[in-house]
Amino acid sequence: MSINRRDFLRAAVSAPALALAGAGEAEAMRAPKPVPPDAVGMLYDSTLCIGCKACVAACREANDLSPVMEPGQEGWNEKTWDSPLDLSAKTFNIIKTYQHGTMAAKDREQNGFAFMKRHCLHCADPSCVSACPVSAMRKDPKTGIVSYDANACIGCRYCVYSCPFGIPRFDYSSPTGKIGKCEFCRHLQADGKTPACCHVCPTGASLFGLVVDLKAEAQRRLALKAGDAYDFPRGNLSGGRSFGKGKGLGDGQRQDHREGGPDAGDAPKQRRLRERAHLDESALDGGHKPHQSPHPGRIAPYQPHLYGDKELGGTQVMYLSGVPFEKLELPTKVPEQGYAALSEGIQHTLYKGMIAPILFLGGLAALAFRNTRKHGDEEGER
Amino acid sequence: MSTHEPIGGRLFTKPFALLLVLVAVALVLMAQRFMGGLGAVANINDGYPWGIWVTVDVVVGTAFGCGGFAMALLVYILNKGEYHPLMRPALLAGLFGYTLGGMAVIVDLGRWWQVYNIFLPWHAQPNSVMFEVALCVAAYIVVLWIEFSPAFFEKFQAEGLKKTVKGFMFLVIALGVLLPTMHQSSLGTMLVILGHQLSPLWQTPLLPLLFLISALGMGYAIVVFEAVLASLAFKRPLETDILARLSGVMYGVILAYLALRFGDLILRGALGVMFQGGAKGIMFAIENLLFVAAALVLASPTARRTPRNLFLGALAMLLAGTVYRIDGYLVGYETGGGWTYFPSVPELLVTLGIFALEVVLYLIFVKKLPVLHRLHKA
Repeated sequence: MSINRRDFLRAAVSAPALALAGAGEAEAMRAPKPVPPDAVGMLYDSTLCIGCKACVAACREANDLSPVMEPGQEGWNEKTWDSPLDLSAKTFNIIKTYQHGTMAAKDREQNGFAFMKRHCLHCADPSCVSACPVSAMRKDPKTGIVSYDANACIGCRYCVYSCPFGIPRFDYSSPTGKIGKCEFCRHLQADGKTPACCHVCPTGASLFGLVVDLKAEAQRRLALKAGDAYDFPRGNLSGGRSFGKGKGLGDGQRQDHREGGPDAGDAPKQRRLRERAHLDESALDGGHKPHQSPHPGRIAPYQPHLYGDKELGGTQVMYLSGVPFEKLELPTKVPEQGYAALSEGIQHTLYKGMIAPILFLGGLAALAFRNTRKHGDEEGER
Repeated sequence: MSTHEPIGGRLFTKPFALLLVLVAVALVLMAQRFMGGLGAVANINDGYPWGIWVTVDVVVGTAFGCGGFAMALLVYILNKGEYHPLMRPALLAGLFGYTLGGMAVIVDLGRWWQVYNIFLPWHAQPNSVMFEVALCVAAYIVVLWIEFSPAFFEKFQAEGLKKTVKGFMFLVIALGVLLPTMHQSSLGTMLVILGHQLSPLWQTPLLPLLFLISALGMGYAIVVFEAVLASLAFKRPLETDILARLSGVMYGVILAYLALRFGDLILRGALGVMFQGGAKGIMFAIENLLFVAAALVLASPTARRTPRNLFLGALAMLLAGTVYRIDGYLVGYETGGGWTYFPSVPELLVTLGIFALEVVLYLIFVKKLPVLHRLHKA
């Protein structure tokens, strides 16, 4: 009997320990979640941004957020200026500035400056969605937009705590505070419109489109030499075609994506297919919104990297920049999987189908049954 | 006849009144929080969205409540019947640690009136570590009340009910071991998703195991701590034999924890981070010196027989586990952007009030209900 008990306890203690320690991180991890094939995204090119903050104002208007005046600004701001210093539950999008030394040149690390746009990156494998106990944070399986539902939210702020980019914010000043974050103007997208920040951007620094198209666009820019002339697309890379109402690609084409993936060799073919789909659709719709004309400019000396391509499992908002990304508040020494892959992996290893806990409970119950009977002579709770 | 009895005595003593004042202050501050929002009382912000109300009231509070769990493991699963006299006071501590921890969650939840969403299947998010913790803790609170219910049945002489409950008590006891194993480890897993935001001094896939083992250590420590204090406060003889043996178990748990903790740090090559300066390195040192101190105080069987060492060892273990949790949830965490956090005085007073309420309830229960073991007539 005592051998049985010892064996059981040894197994009960060592199984999870081995599962976690022996197997190591790689084995404990669950499979990373890829960016959905038809995911919508944004390419923010810091070198194109002129810091006009039209996107910040447009975001407020689109999301019905009142202007923010920070404490200490009362002296010069008579509630006429929207002057937030950071993201908050009431600021979903903000332009920040990197500054160094004399700030003589734009997009230069030394004695230079650069702009940076901060908001939700709509991760492929978002920590907030994994953390949320009540599914208030959800990732749309088609568009990949990470949305927030205040009616589900219990206000635990685990999303704020866990987001590796520090994006979701909570309103601590209200007894009925909510989480606030960019939801990629999903209400506008549902009406076939472009997210407000991309729609108003005068230089195309914030560019909306399908993630696959945006990646191709970014690679085109990275392949060119600094100083080359280039027509930078503005607004919606796909020319006003909406993705929100299931007007995406046909099923066959979606299959193409899934098999080949965004980086597959036949990207030009996929683009052709999409362009055709777009033309057919616009013919059926009786026309579509006009393209915004491109912004003719020159290629800046880029950092040779598209941020968000691989970081933390990939993000649907991606960045090009002239200064190193760590200067722009982006975490750079990060793995190529989201952190949820490991934390969920550990949970799933321990609680797969609840088999281990049920077996453990059975063993515990058997031992408790025997041992409480044995102490039958003893009064008390036994 | 029960082997337990209420110790009786006057309830309204001066210390008791002081505790009630602390509780009242906390209640006023809580009202302020519910009217003005979390920011009206707490210093938490978007860089540190979790302050001491999560870290201390819930994470540390439930670990303090692990006495019932740790003793049940020893008494009913490992069949060490000799520890049985410590079972009921241990359960009592667990009862309040968990019930009040569960209630403290409500104070911290920003949208508390929707908390029932956790129990609605269409809102369930089984991948969420917090979802698992919430369900497990809620279930364990129920389990604790059932485990403790014989004390009520004895008090109100409901022999029939007591007999019924005893019929399935073995199952409740099994759940009372399973559920804390699950959620105390998951309280560690909760931090895994922080990724690089948690310093490598604490971020490891072994977090669940380290949290579980340290919770067990804290469970044994609270039983010893409480027994020594109760013997002093109520002028009862100290059960030195049994506490010395229990402290031996605690000593083993601490050694296992330290081996795992430092083995992991060395294997990951993270130990050097300690010397990078700042609060993180200092708090890491304090945390682990407390674990080592607890082990040193309890190292020899003769040392474990002195009440002073028993008390100091248990105290060091409780502090070590507390600092480990505060470090993991707060000190080791940095999300970037230059945020700072230190609890406000009202925030601290709410936490203090919750712990004061635990002591108040403990005093009422041991004085009025059969909790402590009947003393053998001299």
